[in-house]
Amino acid sequence: MTLALEQLLNGFQFGIMLFLLAAGLTLIFGIMNVINLAHGCLYMIGAYAAALVAARTGSFLLAIPAGLVAAGMAGLIIEFLVIRKLYDRDHLQQVLATFGLILFINEGVTMLFGRTPLFVSIPPALSGSIEIIPGIPYPTYRIAIMVVGLLVAGGLYLLVNKTRIGMLVRAGSTHREMVRALGVDIRLLYTIVFALGALLAGLAGLMAGPLLAVQVGMGEQILILTFVVVVIGGLGSIRGAFYGALIVGLTDTMLRAFLPGFFKTFMNASEADALGAGLSSMGIYLVMALVLLIRPQGLFHAQG
Amino acid sequence: MLKVDETYIAQTKAEPRRRSWWPVAGTIVFILCAAAFPFLAKAIGDPSLVGLVTRIAIYAIAAASLNLILGYGGLVSFGHAAYFGVGGYVVGILYNHYISGDPFWGFIPGTNQLLITIPAAIIISGLFALVLGALSLRTSGVPFIMITLAFAQMLYFLFVSLKAYGGDDGLIVRRRNVLFDLPMADDTTFYYVTIGIAVLYFIVFAKLVRSQFGIVLGGIRQNERRMAAIGISTYQYKLVAFVIAGMGAGLAGALMANYSKFVSPDMLHWTKSGDLMIMIIIGGTGTLLGPVLGAAALIGLETYLTSWTEHWKFFLGPILILIVLFSSGGLTSVFSGWSRKRE
Repeated sequence: MTLALEQLLNGFQFGIMLFLLAAGLTLIFGIMNVINLAHGCLYMIGAYAAALVAARTGSFLLAIPAGLVAAGMAGLIIEFLVIRKLYDRDHLQQVLATFGLILFINEGVTMLFGRTPLFVSIPPALSGSIEIIPGIPYPTYRIAIMVVGLLVAGGLYLLVNKTRIGMLVRAGSTHREMVRALGVDIRLLYTIVFALGALLAGLAGLMAGPLLAVQVGMGEQILILTFVVVVIGGLGSIRGAFYGALIVGLTDTMLRAFLPGFFKTFMNASEADALGAGLSSMGIYLVMALVLLIRPQGLFHAQG
Repeated sequence: MLKVDETYIAQTKAEPRRRSWWPVAGTIVFILCAAAFPFLAKAIGDPSLVGLVTRIAIYAIAAASLNLILGYGGLVSFGHAAYFGVGGYVVGILYNHYISGDPFWGFIPGTNQLLITIPAAIIISGLFALVLGALSLRTSGVPFIMITLAFAQMLYFLFVSLKAYGGDDGLIVRRRNVLFDLPMADDTTFYYVTIGIAVLYFIVFAKLVRSQFGIVLGGIRQNERRMAAIGISTYQYKLVAFVIAGMGAGLAGALMANYSKFVSPDMLHWTKSGDLMIMIIIGGTGTLLGPVLGAAALIGLETYLTSWTEHWKFFLGPILILIVLFSSGGLTSVFSGWSRKRE
């Protein structure tokens, strides 16, 4: 029971991390109609910058702005040099060009920092655990991630639904030409949205640092999961990204935690572990297949 | 199932087909060059070129098979390496059971006969493509790209977790499959076998894209709604194309498993799908010979850059971006007339 609750929270926390990435990805697609495979690179850049600053200064407080600034700047540079020229191209060209970006960035990071993963320690202030229910301690750091993630989700909700920029973003995602006709500097809007997506990816990256090994390729691993989130939630929908992320995060974590144990009840341990691990990594794809069968447009398709 | 409005076909075929001599002549010249190549390589003192060209031919088959859906059908499938890997694993797993002697699932005996493993690889890859394609094709556009990529990664993780077949480390195929009494261990013999299969494949491929099926597929790429409006069930056409493409990749994968005597989950990795797309874009989408040129260009570039630096991807990435930003026709536009350009 304790384990189940703990895994439930882990799944929730993982889902929130996925949301930070999916929100950026889905915004960039919804507004600019660009598929950006290099989104995972921004997550990796945020993680690396934070890990390096934390290692040099020993301060996680300094690592936070470092991760955000690095990812944001990288986002702006990428937008200016490559993405900007892809707005009117077909999806194949966007896929190829952003795939080229991945090769370049990943290999560049490998050349600079090598292939050995970096490890970041959890900041001392958050290293303990809190008893959420008497008798059930849960790591403070993971709770902090959930709080930050939920605050960002709330902030994003307010930004998109209550502000002028949000209004333009919403209008831009469905009626692009109309927004342009109203005299809005659409280029600036695109740049802002792209930078915002980069910041969210960087935030996810810097928070993931202490939980995972910071290494080249970490971005692509989570990018594929983010795609599943976006497909399940419905392309272009922030709300869809939120629920999709929670579904994927919970499904993935719960299957990984309990499937091998379930198989062990009727087969030998090592086979059960292997089969359980294999099937649980396929679990979210089965969920995706199921959603596709019922609603090919995703659960919360933005354009009706 | 494949009912087609006759006027559309009639219109498409209305322009009289030029009976030109070059496809036949070109094929003959190519076969002569390909036959002479190993002797040439030996003459210039670099026999390793034979292996390089074998690899190019194998990737050309894989890239061409993707080009059927991507270039001719307009479906950006980003998970094509999955079928390449499945084809490779069919060879690897059958060989594994042939050596150990105990049958797969208790009743399918293993084998090392090329005439059995290759059709098996083609069929199994086709079945995988049928299931994943049927699901993926319920969407289009960007979700389709994401879903094909995600399903391919799913298969990647499946093979990583199959500890019985090597998991992460992959499977070694100690000896190449047997074809009659040919000395398959000899790289030159295997080169001739591969080139022979590739030539057959491209002849069939050329017939396919010029057939009624290929014409309808092109129509779907240009305007799916119009095709649907004249009574064509576009979903079925796209699915059949998806399955044929998967079968082609399975063939290439089976050859690759034989060539490198090794299969691993890396064959299914999504970057491999990216490589196949790069080959098509470099060579020219929707063309017959584009993937061949693209495969030669990418494998050649890779071989050249790796001899120079291990961080060759650092240079390949920007090259790729520049190609996308500043060209649209690919290499085949340079050789216009060598192949049928997309309209």
